[in-house]
Amino acid sequence: MIEVFFQYDFLRYSLYTGLMIGFLAPVVGVFIVVRRLSMMADALSHITLTGIAFSLLLGRYYPFFAGLNPVYMGMVFSISGALLIEKLRHMYQYYKELAIPIILSGAIGVGVLFISLADGFNNDLFNYLFGSVVAISETDFHVVIVLTFLVSLVLLLFYKELFFLSFDEEQAVISGLPKRSLHFIFMILVALVIGISMQIVGILLVSALMTLPVASAMRWARGFKQMFLYAVLFGEVSVITGLISAFHLDLAPGGTIVMTNIALLIGSIALTRKRSL
Amino acid sequence: MNEQSRPLAIDIDQLSFAYQNQNVLEDINMKVPQGSFLGLVGPNGSGKSTLIKCLLGLLTPNQGTVKLFGVNVKKFDRWNDIGFVSQKANSFNSGFPATVFEVVSMGLYGKVGLFRFLNRKHKQKVREAIAQVGMEDFINENIGQLSGGQQQRVFIARALVSDPSLLILDEPTVGVDAKSVTNFYTMLKKLNDEKGITLILVTHDIGAMSEYVTDVACLNKCLHFHGNKHSFEENKEEMMTAMYGHEVNLLEHNHDHDHHHHHHDHDDVRRDET
Ligand SMILES: Nc1ncnc2c1ncn2[C@@H]1O[C@H](COP(=O)(O)OP(=O)(O)OP(=O)(O)O)[C@@H](O)[C@H]1O
Ligand SMILES: [Mg+2]
Repeated sequence: MIEVFFQYDFLRYSLYTGLMIGFLAPVVGVFIVVRRLSMMADALSHITLTGIAFSLLLGRYYPFFAGLNPVYMGMVFSISGALLIEKLRHMYQYYKELAIPIILSGAIGVGVLFISLADGFNNDLFNYLFGSVVAISETDFHVVIVLTFLVSLVLLLFYKELFFLSFDEEQAVISGLPKRSLHFIFMILVALVIGISMQIVGILLVSALMTLPVASAMRWARGFKQMFLYAVLFGEVSVITGLISAFHLDLAPGGTIVMTNIALLIGSIALTRKRSL
Repeated sequence: MNEQSRPLAIDIDQLSFAYQNQNVLEDINMKVPQGSFLGLVGPNGSGKSTLIKCLLGLLTPNQGTVKLFGVNVKKFDRWNDIGFVSQKANSFNSGFPATVFEVVSMGLYGKVGLFRFLNRKHKQKVREAIAQVGMEDFINENIGQLSGGQQQRVFIARALVSDPSLLILDEPTVGVDAKSVTNFYTMLKKLNDEKGITLILVTHDIGAMSEYVTDVACLNKCLHFHGNKHSFEENKEEMMTAMYGHEVNLLEHNHDHDHHHHHHDHDDVRRDET
């Protein structure tokens, strides 16, 4: 079943990228979930879509953009979106969560404008929404490797600090951690991981791959380190199962990956019924 | 003994603080020499936690300055010399998947430094701190699954693990059972006697506290009293009347009411009930 993925380059790239996503998304997801930023991940993935639509639109007029993977523009948009959300959070001290819907709806609005200016949906856009098994070119693949390495390195280096900040912000600040810089770095990581993941999972389901494996892991894990272990395990299982079934059944991988995750989650809840969280 | 000759751990100079328009602290002057064990008391809402937050640089005073070990708090950077247990230690989200070991480790993060991980020695320290508060049987349990008092002990261990030279505890024993409270106070006294750690203990448990501390400060918006335990004992009744409006039964746990500004005849009755 899986052999076919090694026969063709483009499938091999997708599979390897999938494996990296199956690692990255849940790892970043653990921090997203414990910091209660799931909505934020959702918002950023929609902003990524706006960037992609913008890039596709530019591609009609400038050959440079036609040759460029629109995902890069998507990443630029989602990083800027993360910054804007932070700005707004400071303006609405007491209703911080308001920042997210403001940016989210704004981004979708602008995105829709771009899409209609570019003469509506085309096949590309469909792939970005729901994911594709064949989206990864060789260059993209190399970029994914570099980004995966960078994101993992930064997460490893700041593991302690991010952990502390997630657990107890006040104490973390007292012990001298630079809260705002850390948060900023983290949001950039999230934006990058969304950009990488969406090529396979699709924008609408990226945040699912960040949160569902973590939701399953929570049922099993004792301690924070184990959260990563279980989350990555569930993430990888879902990506591999999802990609293979998507290819053979000719479905969008976003759907199959998320459905696998839902199945794993239901299984986890059923098997750990006695624990309530 | 000449108190003034000891170097100061804390030096608060003409500090005032207001939330929005509500003045909470007015013209506080307080010097705490290193090696003191200070009990900070005052009715609910008297500004104790606010003062602590100013001390830690979490709040910026409207007026006045705070110095820690001679350095203005704004420029202070030796934060791992300072341990703190906040009043609402339960402010963390209680489903958080972290073990007792992991939580106590956080107390060492400042010391370990950026881009480094805990080594064997650090881990040993963490285990010792956990044993010190009697939580060694729970070392691999998730913090969210412990009782409130047990969680509080874990946070105390986290504050102790970095061997701070100043330890600030804001009502650390709320929810901790009576026997453990006595053990805890004894442990604090030992830290103070043997290691010379400067301690600030915010508490309503005036009776029990005064057996262990060296100094007492009474706060109610202004600093009504600050001196050593003996002069506090001498002026106790006067102080308490000034602060709480009535004489208080000092041996009871006094979770006081907000009526301290007024003189209600029913107050005594209500206190006896608690
Ligand atoms: N975040 C805040 N915003 C506005 N007002 C506040 C805030 N925190 C505290 N206050 C007010 O400041 C005053 C002092 O509060 P503080 O928490 O310092 O009292 P406290 O002495 O620690 O009381 P307790 O014994 O109940 O812990 C109270 O009147 C309270 O209403
Ligand atoms: Mg308080």
